[in-house]
Amino acid sequence: MLNQTGIPTLDQVLSRFPDKKALVRPKAILECYEDIPCNPCETSCPFDAIQIGSNINTQPKLDVEACTGCGICVTSCPGLAIIVVQIKNNLAQFKIPYEFLPYPVKGEIWHGVNRSGGVICDATIDHILINKKQDHTALVTVSVPVIHLHDFVTIRGKNE
Amino acid sequence: MIYKDLIIIGGGPSGLCAAKTALEAGISVLIIERSPEVGGQLVKQTHKFFGSKEQYAKMRGYDIAHKLYQDILAFSNLEILTDTTVVGLYQDQVVTVLNKEKYLRYQAGSIIVATGASEKFLAFENNDLPGIYGAGATQTLMNVYGVLPGKEVVMVGSGNIGLIVSYQLMQAGVKVKAIVEASPSIGGYKVHASKMTRLGVPILTSTTVKKALGKEEIEAIELVSLDKNWQEIPDTSKIMTLDALCISVGLTPMHQLLSMVGTEMKFVPELGGFVPIINNHHQTSVQSIFVCGDAVGIEEASSAMMEGYLTGLYVSEYLNHSHPDHETLVQHYESQLSQLRDGPFGIKTKVGLTKLKEGSNHA
Amino acid sequence: MRIERHPILDFPKKQKIFFMFEGNEVYGFEGETIASALHALGIKTLSYSIKKKRPRGFYCAIGNCASCNMVVNGIANIRTCITPLEPNMIVERQKNKGVLK
Repeated sequence: MLNQTGIPTLDQVLSRFPDKKALVRPKAILECYEDIPCNPCETSCPFDAIQIGSNINTQPKLDVEACTGCGICVTSCPGLAIIVVQIKNNLAQFKIPYEFLPYPVKGEIWHGVNRSGGVICDATIDHILINKKQDHTALVTVSVPVIHLHDFVTIRGKNE
Repeated sequence: MIYKDLIIIGGGPSGLCAAKTALEAGISVLIIERSPEVGGQLVKQTHKFFGSKEQYAKMRGYDIAHKLYQDILAFSNLEILTDTTVVGLYQDQVVTVLNKEKYLRYQAGSIIVATGASEKFLAFENNDLPGIYGAGATQTLMNVYGVLPGKEVVMVGSGNIGLIVSYQLMQAGVKVKAIVEASPSIGGYKVHASKMTRLGVPILTSTTVKKALGKEEIEAIELVSLDKNWQEIPDTSKIMTLDALCISVGLTPMHQLLSMVGTEMKFVPELGGFVPIINNHHQTSVQSIFVCGDAVGIEEASSAMMEGYLTGLYVSEYLNHSHPDHETLVQHYESQLSQLRDGPFGIKTKVGLTKLKEGSNHA
Repeated sequence: MRIERHPILDFPKKQKIFFMFEGNEVYGFEGETIASALHALGIKTLSYSIKKKRPRGFYCAIGNCASCNMVVNGIANIRTCITPLEPNMIVERQKNKGVLK
């Protein structure tokens, strides 16, 4: 399915999620489902929480314990394939990469979008981080209802 | 006639990397580049690159171009000619060039052809209508000149270039209505594809453009679905309006200078078309002429760079002026290249290279 | 059809360059090619094919395919996609193989 449409199956997505208990702290979700020669996620992680190894075609694996959810890997991945998520009561708070203008502003309500590009809910913009190290990839912190934990992947402006 | 130890034709990533190792080995280098600046196709790449630190992963393409250029600037025995097109390459290592109205002749101890590749085209009715552009052309317009190729666009081809340029079109504010792919599966990295589906852009596999519609310029396309044998399925016709069509159906090596100088060539589909037959040192059948990068096989910029560094080392050795760390560096870059080709996306190249080294002239 | 703002790139304001296209005064900006300037003005047809007089535009935009040939300052077969725009250039659509004067 991924090969025909570009959309991973729910099983593929779930395979990258740790146990819900672990998500009481923010954790990275590495949605790299293919062997491609690439390892900036591994080399960027300041906590050595991502493992690829000497064969850089290997898909990355997360050490859930070591991951602090800092989000450095989110803006380092050239494929924009990593998000960070944390469950906060009835909300799921994500950190996602964003490379479009206009940037979201704290407090705004944007569309919450799933992997097929469909609008699924409202998403509240909690924070946006842009610095030189991220090299034009903004890190947006956004909250959606926790029921969309496995569906939500990005945001879209409401006036588009 | 002006003499140089080494002339590198093409100032793209592989040419710039070849220059670096050759200059480090102490030989005089002239890079001849037809564009106003060096960097090749990297200058218009706004996305972050893959690979490892060795291939400058995580850096945006235009920053890599800048870095490769900075890496060689300090060498005193380097000359770079831009806005200069090589018009002739001859067996006695003579290179003739044209810069505006000026015509010059050079002779070198050795030549590296690093001319890169050219975009392929697609056959369909009315494919000559204005508004039909190569994906690279839309990148040039958007990322170099800041001009929008259109307002609503369809991309043909789901290889990495098609997927990446589609994303760049959206970033520039252009609506990509669909990505159309004739084969049953997406050609490029799935992470690139996922970036597009998230944006609501459908990727239509087993679909192709049957004809373009419009009077003075393109206004719409007719899409049809294909069966397992690449044949049109009747009654699947769909019209999509647009104001620009981007074609990204592959690249083919720019081999013309090599054909001119008479190096032994071979047609290898896996490598993109006509390529020169080379030995393990990137040397063609004309002893003094070497090749690297897309000109000897379509791959990624990451491989082009590693091949460039290697060819600079091999040429220096050929000119009896080996790099002081020749052995170590050769081993290092060969292993990098091997690693890049180790995954599923490297299979096609490896098959192509094996065919290239086999006996006959047709693979 | 020029990009005003971009999430990755900066497009600093450049000097306007005036030139003639098919007898009309138009403009582009410093540092761009003839084909780019024309495209920004919405002009996509750069020539007409030799036999059937079909409209033709550019394709590769880097000087490989010669689809963008136009007559510039009276000289035919100029690859406008790689020719930098200069003030007062006279640019015309090419309708034939080009005549060497």
